[in-house]
Amino acid sequence: MMESLLGNVDWMEIGWASWDTLVMVGMSLLFSVVIGLPTGVLLFLTGKRQLLEQPVAYAILSFVVNVLRSVPFIILLIVMIPVTVMIIGTSLGVAGAIPPLVAGGAPFFARLVETSLREVDRGIIEATQAMGANVRQIVLGALLPEALPGIIAGITVTAITLVSYAAMSGVVGGGGLGDLAIRFGYQRFQTDVMVITVALLVVFVQLLQMLGDRLVLYFSRK
Amino acid sequence: MIELDQVQKSYQVGDRAIPALKPTDLTIDTGEVFGIVGHSGAGKSTLVRLINLLERPTGGRVLVDGENVTHYDAAELRAFRRKVGMIFQHFNLLSSRTVADNIAFPMKLAGIYSKAEIRSRVAELLALVSLTDQGNKYPSQLSGGQKQRVGVARALACRPTILLCDEATSALDPQTTQSVLRLLAEINRELGLTIVLITHEMDVVRRICDRVAVMDGGEIVESGPVTDVFLHPEHPTTRDFVFESENIDREELERDFNQASGRILRLTFRGESTYKPLLGHVARASGVDFSILSGRIDHIKDTPYGQLTLSLVGGDLEKAMAEFDAADVHVEVVR
Repeated sequence: MMESLLGNVDWMEIGWASWDTLVMVGMSLLFSVVIGLPTGVLLFLTGKRQLLEQPVAYAILSFVVNVLRSVPFIILLIVMIPVTVMIIGTSLGVAGAIPPLVAGGAPFFARLVETSLREVDRGIIEATQAMGANVRQIVLGALLPEALPGIIAGITVTAITLVSYAAMSGVVGGGGLGDLAIRFGYQRFQTDVMVITVALLVVFVQLLQMLGDRLVLYFSRK
Repeated sequence: MIELDQVQKSYQVGDRAIPALKPTDLTIDTGEVFGIVGHSGAGKSTLVRLINLLERPTGGRVLVDGENVTHYDAAELRAFRRKVGMIFQHFNLLSSRTVADNIAFPMKLAGIYSKAEIRSRVAELLALVSLTDQGNKYPSQLSGGQKQRVGVARALACRPTILLCDEATSALDPQTTQSVLRLLAEINRELGLTIVLITHEMDVVRRICDRVAVMDGGEIVESGPVTDVFLHPEHPTTRDFVFESENIDREELERDFNQASGRILRLTFRGESTYKPLLGHVARASGVDFSILSGRIDHIKDTPYGQLTLSLVGGDLEKAMAEFDAADVHVEVVR
């Protein structure tokens, strides 16, 4: 029964594709956070009526973030090819998918960081200033710890966005579950492969959301 | 000693400068509790933030112990701020840190204390504010009064010489307000800390302040020892505050006065004279008859006082006035 229903499914292939997706999402999430977090902090600090108010710097940073966020990911994948070749040496495979994923994920995450920092009570910044803290101490000692639940929620949303971006990278030979779904499920009409890959992606996103929610709860002290 | 010398602050809105504080002179002595009263928007919040330069003055000088702090560079300013504690209406505690870590926070920022020093100081401060058992809790698990006690402990961590209180009791219920004010008075007495306190409640001033300044429309309209300002308010704004704090309805009072016959006097007793059996003595000596229209006996900080409004009929009025004068009672002729 199972044999005939899922006749085209090569479980080894599915396993490797799942692993590739995991690597793409994991690595691109890591770099998106490493780049997006400081960018988000900078966006917040240089914003109107903030500690390092810098209208010009804010405008430039904000513009770059907006541009990267407004380009549809499928276009970003193609536009990024020369840059990717420069950084990685190839634009193909799992490694080749990571730079465009970071280019899509980092600015997205940066905005989420900016928003969660803005939600920190201004009184807390004022109190920390009154204690004689410098800007670095205010950011590391007060702002980031207070915004941590919001930032973790932001990481969760970014991770889930990256799962769907990573699936798209199959179009340019990126590898992973999305690649499998397109090559076998769509181009060879193997509906069973399509169903399994989509089901795995759904499970993956569910797990990410659950983990994220738990962490947010754990770090919320309000 | 804190001296404000022609200090002013205005905000630029478009191409108009909106004054928040008009040029102001003010001297606050070391070790006193100084109150600043005013309605919201009167400029008191700005004034208190000019002392630790959370707000930069647009003119004038702020001198603390003779040093012009407005010229400090960033590092000097941070060192200065460690010597000026501050507590807030909404406490502004870090929700992500425990009570003990909140109190330790300013010491960690200073970077000059060892771990052992910090631990022992935190224990000492927790005891001072009666929260010894609560060190491992998070702020969200505490009541409002407890949160403000943590705020006080945190403000005292680096052993400041000045404590600024920004509406510190305005978010608390009356009982909790009492206990926080007692704590502040105790700190002032035992540590000799100068306290600058802003509030819109005259009652807070009456309980713990030595001197008071009343603000209205971005300037100080009246100031002096609390007993003087409280018992003999001059400026209309001050009068409003005093009447409000004593729950007096002025129109009702007026109606009462209109029904009374004879002269109406307001007597103010201060200190020892509050307890003297004076009325009967004056009545016998001068032959006047009294009826009491209104009265109040209370304390201003540690000074007992009484204020009586009397109507006097018959007898020798001159003699009665002279007797009151001789007994060191302030007499004001209302009608």
